[in-house]
Amino acid sequence: MSVTDRHIPDRLTTPAARVLKSWETLLLAVAVAIFIVNSLASPYFLNAWNLSDATFNFTEKAMIAFAMALLIIAGEIDLSVASIIALASTAMGAAAQVGAGPAVLVLIGLGVGLACGAFNAVLVTVMGLPSIVVTIGTMSLFRGISYIVLGDTAYGGYPPGFEYFGQGYVFWVFSFEFVLFAVLAVIYGVLLHKTNFGRAVYAIGNNATGAMFSGIRVQRVKFILFLLTGLMSGLAAVCLTSRLGSTRPSIGLGMELEVVTMVVLGGVNILGGSGSIPGVVIAAFVMGLVTFGLGLLNVPGIVMSIFIGLLLIGVIALPRLWSMARGK
Amino acid sequence: MTEALKSREAILTGAILVLIALISTRYPGFAAPGNLANVFNDTAPLILLALGQMIVILTKCIDLSVAANLALTGMVVAMLNTVAPGVPVIVILLIALALGALMGAINGILVWKLSIPPIVVTLGTMTIFRGIIFLISDGAWVNAHEMSAPFKDFPRHVILGLPTLSWIAIAAVLAFYVLTTRTALGRAFFAVGGNPHASVYTGINVGRTQFWAYVISGTLAGLTGYLWVARYAVAYVDIAGGFELDVVAACVIGGVSIAGGSGSVIGALLGAIFLGVVKNALPVVNISPFWQLAISGTAIIVAIAFNARASRVPGRVILKRAEHAA
Repeated sequence: MSVTDRHIPDRLTTPAARVLKSWETLLLAVAVAIFIVNSLASPYFLNAWNLSDATFNFTEKAMIAFAMALLIIAGEIDLSVASIIALASTAMGAAAQVGAGPAVLVLIGLGVGLACGAFNAVLVTVMGLPSIVVTIGTMSLFRGISYIVLGDTAYGGYPPGFEYFGQGYVFWVFSFEFVLFAVLAVIYGVLLHKTNFGRAVYAIGNNATGAMFSGIRVQRVKFILFLLTGLMSGLAAVCLTSRLGSTRPSIGLGMELEVVTMVVLGGVNILGGSGSIPGVVIAAFVMGLVTFGLGLLNVPGIVMSIFIGLLLIGVIALPRLWSMARGK
Repeated sequence: MTEALKSREAILTGAILVLIALISTRYPGFAAPGNLANVFNDTAPLILLALGQMIVILTKCIDLSVAANLALTGMVVAMLNTVAPGVPVIVILLIALALGALMGAINGILVWKLSIPPIVVTLGTMTIFRGIIFLISDGAWVNAHEMSAPFKDFPRHVILGLPTLSWIAIAAVLAFYVLTTRTALGRAFFAVGGNPHASVYTGINVGRTQFWAYVISGTLAGLTGYLWVARYAVAYVDIAGGFELDVVAACVIGGVSIAGGSGSVIGALLGAIFLGVVKNALPVVNISPFWQLAISGTAIIVAIAFNARASRVPGRVILKRAEHAA
């Protein structure tokens, strides 16, 4: 065999093949399939306004999921996001009772979210505590404060104009929340895939010690990621509170599960190091379409949560089962 | 090592005694033996679950599905009791144990055979188990009048001055003390969490040990499920909602290291009793029960901060400036 016979490829797969084989493409195919099944199953599905309503199923969760994706890629997790929503919403409710206007309420919501994120960040990055337990603790603490403030009562009476964030439309069927979701998707996509900061996030998730020795300020990057997750939870609290028009301490209960499921479904490795924002965007649509479709079929919420739990485990288990079956 | 654990247990015992003394200044009856026995009985479910959770955390895992497991088992035995009131309590107990063990085994298999991170597995099974309760019960409650007298009487039956529920908790503490200090499996739980790689070289199957930890935790959750439903004489979808956080809190307060490999039965017991005393003291000192959740959360955070400080091993610092910068 002569030397010229040996073919050494420039790359192992062509870019087109890589795109076709990627998790995102598979997910997109699933999304299209669900879309088709839904439109066949229910005559009410294919309607611009209905579809617009369906986006509310995922926009708030997806906002948090973008920041959570970065956090999980960096090897940490935040289970307190739903409780941050409760606390931020309670703070906004309390401010609304004393006559705060919409702009002040938004600032309060974002501020409380940021403060909660900072609290998690200090415990994890400054004190060096494991994020899973820290955020299990703050998950009880943040919602616990809401319960102390509200007990079994609720806040209502939000000022006129505040309902825009959760109920307003920018143009035609595109709601404010959906536009916000799209803008944030672009911002987080650029942040993760096109900036030094994004590269640092991947580096930390793959090898935090290696990242540190290559000059990345590991704890500072993680600090910022916890802040972002808190801020996004505050933003989601603004939208959710505005949409519901009231605050109970149980607001957003269990949402952390759906956010983590969305991130994992989007192809982010739960152990950190890999994942993409386009994947999370498609996962948001998949989950939104599925829950909306099940809703049209009159499936109760708690049964949908079974489905989300199965989805979370299945999405991680199936590729592993697949590779185990092929390995034999 | 043993000294550090001993001091932790001493501190916790001291804290519990101070707490009881403080409450007694406001309400002298609180420290009466009869009332303390009531507090202990009230805390028995937490103690049972904390023992199982401790084993799971020792192996570097976590089980967030215990409360859902408890609620599902409780609902199944309650429904069984309504359709077949003649089934003896011993059979009910066996069913509860088996069902709990089965749910624990599901968690264990997913962690062992598919190496899915424990937090993801149990977060998922937590919602699945809760959802199944709704599916089988259709959201309906099983109330006291639908349960048979022997079914409800078992955990409350008083033997030698204490209800059966308390005796079961005491027996479990003794059994777990023997398990963790006198058996090979007990040592394996510590070894797997302390150093998984070294355990493999000593011939311990890490995954299988974690599997058994989940089975133990699930079995206790199943047992507690029956005891809970029988004691409160009601079963519905949301019983013990969020209780998994109290269970984790009890372990962390008791000095069980969340990084695995370190902890003790007495620690978990004291952690549970500490939370139990706080919970029972709230109404006595006129604090709304809505404070409970925030107190558990604060206790978790303070306890892990405290644990981390106590167990921090100074590593070799090679690049001092770089480490500080990071």
